[in-house]
Amino acid sequence: MHRIYRSHILICRGSGCPGSPMIIEALKEELIKRKLENEVRIVQIGCPGFCSQGPLMIIYPEGILYCEVSPDDVPEIVEETIIKGRTVERLLYEDPIAAQLVTHYSEIPFYKKQKRVLLKNCGLIDPENIDEYIAEGGYEALGKALFEMSPKNVIEEIKKSGLRGRGGAGFPTGLKWEFTKNARGEKKYIICNADEGDPGAFMDRSILEADPHSVIEGMLITGYAIGVNEGFIYCRAEYALAIRRLKIAISQAMDYGLIGENILGSDFSFRITIKEGAGAFVCGEETALMASIEGRRGEPRTRPPYPAVKGLWGMPTNINNVKTYANVPRIILNGWEWFSSIGTETSKGTMVFALTGQINNIGLIEVPMGITLSEIIYDIGGGIPKGKKFKAVQTGGPLGGCLSTESLNTPIDYESLKETGAVMGSGGMIVVDEDTCMVEFAEYFLKFSTDESCGKCVPCRVGGKKMLEILNNITEGKGKLEDLDEIENLAKFMEQASLCALGQLTPGPVMSTLKLFRDEYVAHIVDKRCPAGQCVPLITFYIDEEKCKGCLLCLKNCPVNAISGEKKKPHKIDIELCTKCGTCRDVCKFDAVYTK
Amino acid sequence: MGVFRLPKIKSLEELRKLREEAIKSIRVRESTSTKITVGMGTCGIAAGAREVMHAILDELEKRKIDANVITVGCIGLCAEEPLVTIERGGQPGITYGKISIKKVTKLIEEHLIKGNIIDEWVISRG
Repeated sequence: MHRIYRSHILICRGSGCPGSPMIIEALKEELIKRKLENEVRIVQIGCPGFCSQGPLMIIYPEGILYCEVSPDDVPEIVEETIIKGRTVERLLYEDPIAAQLVTHYSEIPFYKKQKRVLLKNCGLIDPENIDEYIAEGGYEALGKALFEMSPKNVIEEIKKSGLRGRGGAGFPTGLKWEFTKNARGEKKYIICNADEGDPGAFMDRSILEADPHSVIEGMLITGYAIGVNEGFIYCRAEYALAIRRLKIAISQAMDYGLIGENILGSDFSFRITIKEGAGAFVCGEETALMASIEGRRGEPRTRPPYPAVKGLWGMPTNINNVKTYANVPRIILNGWEWFSSIGTETSKGTMVFALTGQINNIGLIEVPMGITLSEIIYDIGGGIPKGKKFKAVQTGGPLGGCLSTESLNTPIDYESLKETGAVMGSGGMIVVDEDTCMVEFAEYFLKFSTDESCGKCVPCRVGGKKMLEILNNITEGKGKLEDLDEIENLAKFMEQASLCALGQLTPGPVMSTLKLFRDEYVAHIVDKRCPAGQCVPLITFYIDEEKCKGCLLCLKNCPVNAISGEKKKPHKIDIELCTKCGTCRDVCKFDAVYTK
Repeated sequence: MGVFRLPKIKSLEELRKLREEAIKSIRVRESTSTKITVGMGTCGIAAGAREVMHAILDELEKRKIDANVITVGCIGLCAEEPLVTIERGGQPGITYGKISIKKVTKLIEEHLIKGNIIDEWVISRG
């Protein structure tokens, strides 16, 4: 059953690498053509994290990483690497700082400062093959918990480790489990929140696609600790691949009896059901999520009572995020001391971030808590593309806040982020450069949050809308200075009176950008000017006569014929006719169009 | 995967046994300090290196030895093919020449298990 192949070719089959099925087909054909199909195994893996360089291919035993692979590269890869043992240099990663080609996966600067604990299996194993998870130590933690620890021991272990909820609020996980265990109810439930709604966040998705069993095992251990026999995974419907992989994983685990009655021969039984979301960001909020599972409209309710006491169908329910459950087997296997030795005083362990936006190394990273922002942006992220300057990073998604250059040396943990006015959140990190207008940036998140408001409470439904109207006015040049005070009033109102975190935290990006970039807001209002040159009604387009080569490209593309000029002579924009669509700036190859 | 039902794992011991078996099939993705290189250029193939490589893989499996086997092209000493180089734990590699299928068992037993270099077959060290 287990034939030994001398070489494994791993191909990323995460949602972020859509071209990979063709590469796999091409590989299969080539290996058969060269009569290597019995020596070389093709393995589909989940996301290894280095998304900006995908589609990724890793060849073992050498550990060579090939980037941006296409099906046309396959014959050369088989000929050179598989048969002759040589590397195909043009497919290797080029470290832009050292200006060197890097062959091995582990030596790439992107991975060097990471601590891949939770993501250990992501990019290493085939998520659709439970045997590979088991080979990497999978379900051993479950065995240890069932046979060598009492449920109380397990809760103690998680409490001592200092694990805090990775969904964003950072509540001590062990304590939450204890509340649920001690609560009274004839039936209790466990829910895994896989509704990941933040724009720019794909941590949970990647873990579910690349290593679904880690989450399943976490839920099983949690069930044993709390004394619960039924679990739900609430996963947003848009994550089709994650749901497919989860279904396969659950089915294989059930075959092995790892889910079901008398697991591994113990007295513990557990079953898992997948419930798909239906496109509502607010259903990531725990009470709205439970309403959705119950078949009601996704609306939050007041708390207390918290789900641990009264949750699904009024019964005690433990809800945790995907990453929280995925941490559990590692802690049980390696011990609480190991986990608490990583991170800071108050924030133990690692954090998984989805690094995206204007940064070179876009992808999924895992770092110890306490690492500085600068290390993330520059050492791991590779800095800002096109030599632009770093301006800010939005953490925690649309309900989070910004960090500016002032915070570059801040160690990242729950408390330090709170102090700066930002939020850890679920792990989304959107980087923006000097060309981004912070007012428009805040407006984007505000629009998202107000769209997603369920409408149940006034502070969120009306407050959010009023705040958005004000921001719209500011970006259109119709703002007044009193608006800034009004924003602060609305924010206070929403933070104190909203029913759930969506309303409470909607003002977050606005308040945070107002605090760090107040001058931009003032410029929009008083000078009717957008310093970053982005807000269309407030900018004027000009052509730099020194840079213009007279190529006629912008002239031909202008939809209103506002540009005049002859070949090889500098062109000119007629400001009266210009509709500020930005087409000329987009098509110019010489960067000659600028805005003021 | 999933065409037939997998047998239920009824105890922790059974899980551990399954793990031992499963580890073998993904062992090649773990770093191991033993590397066996087999020349597979045209000269090597003509001399029968492919069959020698299969014999080495079988022997490693039989004796449950943890090692990675990779193939390379022609290193130039065509007359001595099939060439097999064994590198262990940071030590300089020992290259053996004219390794035939019949010699594989002794090669693995002496070099990998007993730690003895078979001088008569050595072409180069380091």
